Amino acid sequence: MAENTTTVKGTSLWKDAWKRLLKNKLAVFGLIVMIVMIIAVIIGPAIIRWATGYTYYYIPPENELVKSFPPSLQHPMGTDDAGRDILARVLQGGRISLMVGIISTIVSLIVGVSYGAIAGYLGGSIDNLMMRIVDILYSIPYILIVIVLLSVFGGSNMPEWIKILSDKIGGEGNQGLSQIFLLFFALGLVSWLTMARVVRGQILSLKNQEFVMAARATGVSTFAIIFRHLVPNTLGPVIVYATLTIPSVMLTEAFLSFLGIGVQPPFASWGSLAADGIKNVAIYPWQLIFPGVTMALTLFSLNFLGDGLRDALDPQTRKF
Amino acid sequence: MLSFIIRRLLLIIPMALLVITLTWVLVRIAPGNFYTGEKKLPAAIEENIKKKYGLDKPWYQQYGIMLWNTVRGDFGNSLKYERETVNELIWRSFPYSAIIGLLAYILALAIGLTAGIIASLKQNSGFDYGSMSLAMLGLSVPNFVLGPILVLIFSLWLYWLPPARWSLSGIILPVITLSAIYAAYIARLTRAGMLEVLRSDYIRTARAKGLDEKTVLLRHAVRGGLIPVVSFTGPALAGLLAGTVVVEKVFAIPGLGNIFIQAVLNRDEPLILGIVAFLSILIMVFNLLVDISYGFLDPRIRYE
Repeated sequence: MAENTTTVKGTSLWKDAWKRLLKNKLAVFGLIVMIVMIIAVIIGPAIIRWATGYTYYYIPPENELVKSFPPSLQHPMGTDDAGRDILARVLQGGRISLMVGIISTIVSLIVGVSYGAIAGYLGGSIDNLMMRIVDILYSIPYILIVIVLLSVFGGSNMPEWIKILSDKIGGEGNQGLSQIFLLFFALGLVSWLTMARVVRGQILSLKNQEFVMAARATGVSTFAIIFRHLVPNTLGPVIVYATLTIPSVMLTEAFLSFLGIGVQPPFASWGSLAADGIKNVAIYPWQLIFPGVTMALTLFSLNFLGDGLRDALDPQTRKF
Repeated sequence: MLSFIIRRLLLIIPMALLVITLTWVLVRIAPGNFYTGEKKLPAAIEENIKKKYGLDKPWYQQYGIMLWNTVRGDFGNSLKYERETVNELIWRSFPYSAIIGLLAYILALAIGLTAGIIASLKQNSGFDYGSMSLAMLGLSVPNFVLGPILVLIFSLWLYWLPPARWSLSGIILPVITLSAIYAAYIARLTRAGMLEVLRSDYIRTARAKGLDEKTVLLRHAVRGGLIPVVSFTGPALAGLLAGTVVVEKVFAIPGLGNIFIQAVLNRDEPLILGIVAFLSILIMVFNLLVDISYGFLDPRIRYE
């Protein structure tokens, strides 16, 4: 009898989800593009510098002919008005765009998850009040307020604490950097509402289960129950939603940079590069097309990855 | 139902005032002033400017005056376009934005619903995969990239359409640019909603009763499948506003979005407050209309 039994290997939620994700060709495509893109923006600028001597700010000396050259072997994406290599600028801009997307999403995660978890766990009138506030905030046209916020506080009117924070992390007196920090907060604070709702819904369905009761019976504090026991169990939907928040935040950043109130020189993002390219689209279309296409490809991949993750992590909703 | 509508309408007033307060605080706590420029003003002139705009009063009086003006709907004259009142500016520019936005949403509905319904009926077919990939592409191309590329192709290479003119042929490109992302969203929402509804019990009941497929689809399935699309209308409207800002800039249309950006960059406080108040109320009223329409689409939803 013993020789007939085959051992069944146990599988965890995450392994199972990973297997399902790998079956989804579009999600795998998205994952691969994102990995390549992240590696490219991290090491790409250094490689270009090593191979051709170009950096995102390198302007050819005055004795050389400065004009916008179309794509060539030396400059695969061409050069811009000042003669700078567009590939190097797109890679450098990718760093900023991805960083804004990821860090703003983390800000929205921290706020949204805490808020939703606290409201869901405490329940009753506190929950009612907290979610009413979310409902009210939902109907505010945020984009208007973000535009006002960024333009009144941008540039030389930067709030002191953001200046100090950006000086501490990224070196002193860098106005462009503190503008990017302002973007993190502005965009993060806009996108936490849905996250709070998602997490609250999850917590509501979890909080009456035995493990929470056990934790309460053994005298674990409310804070620890929420953040040690309940929040880790909401990870699946939170990851899915975060993956889909990154492209939408990146799109908003690009929109703001296009209007000239987002990322400021000397920094550039895909949005600000595309905005620069638009001015010359009739004569030098590559100035717009390459940053635009790179950005679209990234968002495309992130969206597919987010969709795939949702299907993989939540097989119940996958009726179709 | 009626008391629900009245309660929600009454809620709009404090919420609009909240948005206005938030905007006012943001504009006010920022360092500097609308009149501070490159040159330092003599103290006497600064005094006079302050007096003219009531900036010499304590802040709570200024806040009170601002709120009272908002409630009366009188925002005074713009600081930059001094000859015109804020209301005149809004009413002059809003029709441009409204026409572009409305046409874009109608186009998005037409494309999105058709593609979504066909994709859900022919699930996993070539059309399904093709249209859904196209929808994903629509979600990923920023409209300020799409707009100039369309101009490049249709105006500068093919000479089919004008790149910027307020005419019937001139608004084709802006409308397409603005509608792309919404068509994509609506197609995805419709497909998902329809797939869920097509598997539900009441559709099986309808089929079991012997209703023909056309009635089942048009009278029963579509009605339920459209709910996600209807609830998207609220966020879509807010998004259309942001979208018109871009499209108006790309295609040089003198709409509300364009004026708003100018107002913000100029720190034109009355104009900023006026536009924010106008748009907030517009969005909130639309959200209310959306909530009311749920009741008609889904008989299970009742308002008390």
